Amino acid sequence: MRRQVIHVSGIRKTYGKTVAVDEVSFDVSDGEIFGLIGPNGAGKTTTMECVEGIRTPDRGSIAVLGLDPFRDVYELQERIGVQLQQAQLQKRIKVWEAVQLWASLYRKKPATGDLLLEQLGLADKRNAWFMTLSGGQKQRLFIALALINDPEVVFLDELTTGLDPQARRAIWDLVRGIRDRGKTVFLTTHLMEEAERLCDRVAIIEHGRIIDIDSPRRLVDRHCPERSVTLSSDDPHADGCLARIPRVESVARLGSRFTIRGTGDGFVTDVIQCLSENRITVTEFRTELPNLEDVFLTLTGHSIRD
Amino acid sequence: MNMLRGLWRLTWIEVKIFLREPLGAIGTIVVPVLAFVLLGRLTAGRSAKASPSFALNGLLGPGGIPTLVSMLITISAVLSLVTIISIYREGGILKRLRATPLRPWTILTAHVLVKLLLTALTMAAMVLAGRRYFAIGPEIPLVSFTVALLISTLSILSIGFIIASIVPTARFAQPIGAIIFYPMIAFSGLFVPIESLPPVLRAVARVLPLSHSARLLQGIWTGDPWSAHMGDVAALAIVFVVCVAVSSRVFRWE
Repeated sequence: MRRQVIHVSGIRKTYGKTVAVDEVSFDVSDGEIFGLIGPNGAGKTTTMECVEGIRTPDRGSIAVLGLDPFRDVYELQERIGVQLQQAQLQKRIKVWEAVQLWASLYRKKPATGDLLLEQLGLADKRNAWFMTLSGGQKQRLFIALALINDPEVVFLDELTTGLDPQARRAIWDLVRGIRDRGKTVFLTTHLMEEAERLCDRVAIIEHGRIIDIDSPRRLVDRHCPERSVTLSSDDPHADGCLARIPRVESVARLGSRFTIRGTGDGFVTDVIQCLSENRITVTEFRTELPNLEDVFLTLTGHSIRD
Repeated sequence: MNMLRGLWRLTWIEVKIFLREPLGAIGTIVVPVLAFVLLGRLTAGRSAKASPSFALNGLLGPGGIPTLVSMLITISAVLSLVTIISIYREGGILKRLRATPLRPWTILTAHVLVKLLLTALTMAAMVLAGRRYFAIGPEIPLVSFTVALLISTLSILSIGFIIASIVPTARFAQPIGAIIFYPMIAFSGLFVPIESLPPVLRAVARVLPLSHSARLLQGIWTGDPWSAHMGDVAALAIVFVVCVAVSSRVFRWE
């Protein structure tokens, strides 16, 4: 079993009468990308900031790299890298000045700023003012600052919010690169696609409570085992053959188009086998697999965007 | 050691950032110096003819103009500090810096140092530009005056920190600060001698820190010994301690 880098147990945080986070517990292992996913206002940022030592939970305990984020906050900050949501930099600070300032704040200095800027594609922006950078460039700079002390754990809060799809993909590659260098990544996102493509494990959080934790794949298998195949065929026998497949739950027909629903990993194979054995000609064949979005809908009864 | 290094670097970066602001250097250094020279031209040669009640304790008395101008510069520096801190808080910059090993006091100290540095620069430029009207002769205790100004500045600054702590947005920081500080100047004793105010206002003026600032600055400029102003120094020190204590409790980082 891999080392637990973050251990959160039963934390609760209230702001006035609002309960932001309640009975939240989870562990993050060494070298994984762990995602906290949920809609805006679900308690993602509050949870993350408690773990970073920026906020103190009212109840519960947290250990990061064996340290107490509240008591040992300065020791902890030497060993972690933090990207905060919606936090800016001075408008007229130059990129290299920010990198140099951040580098000067830590005891350990293995990462050189110039190399990081190079890797993050910011080398030609060294002398640019922060305010002149694009959204994607700003986020890449924040990643550079979060990595400047060669941290053991990197915290990324809503890293790709507001970026265009292309910039988002570039950031995903960067985050995978961080993990591949042996670091642990703890991120939050409200984008299910991001969680699904990036995270090794995710915790789904809503109204301040964690609903379930697992790898995206296992969450889908557990909560949304249904698969569906849509195909078009003019074969008059198709209807009857498809209905006889063992794991089929329903066959819906609209003209020559069939939608077949079933459960389990073997379901799609069964459909293909049935078509081939009965020599049924199809002009269209499409499988639909549920994703984290569907898991969220199943677990909460509403879409994450509502 | 590490914290000091962060402090100098942050201070230096903040100085550079400030000078990159479109009106930064002009507003802070050039305008006050011009205003000072202008005031000097207008009042030159008139101070000698000032009415007796103003002779020792007023704007036209000896050291009156340097006192007023240095207080105005201090206040404008403090207002600009209040604004910067609210902007930094609103933009999450304070929070971002706090998520590093930087100690909170290092961040605030860096900003105070920037303002002190710029104030010192402005004063130096003023002394140079205004030497035709206010010759700084050997009779002016420049070192003592600098110390007195530093004491006043820290006291005014501590009030500024309370404003910075409670004003919610950057847009209100500057006007609210101005509303608090500028009327204080009216009761500082520079324009109307405190002794000639009605008893209630006199009591108010005595409580306001700027009256002590004004008396201390003008007194030291005109050659008073420090022992004559221990009360003013004590009052300013009390203001500083109380305000720092209050703002360290109510200060919000985000």
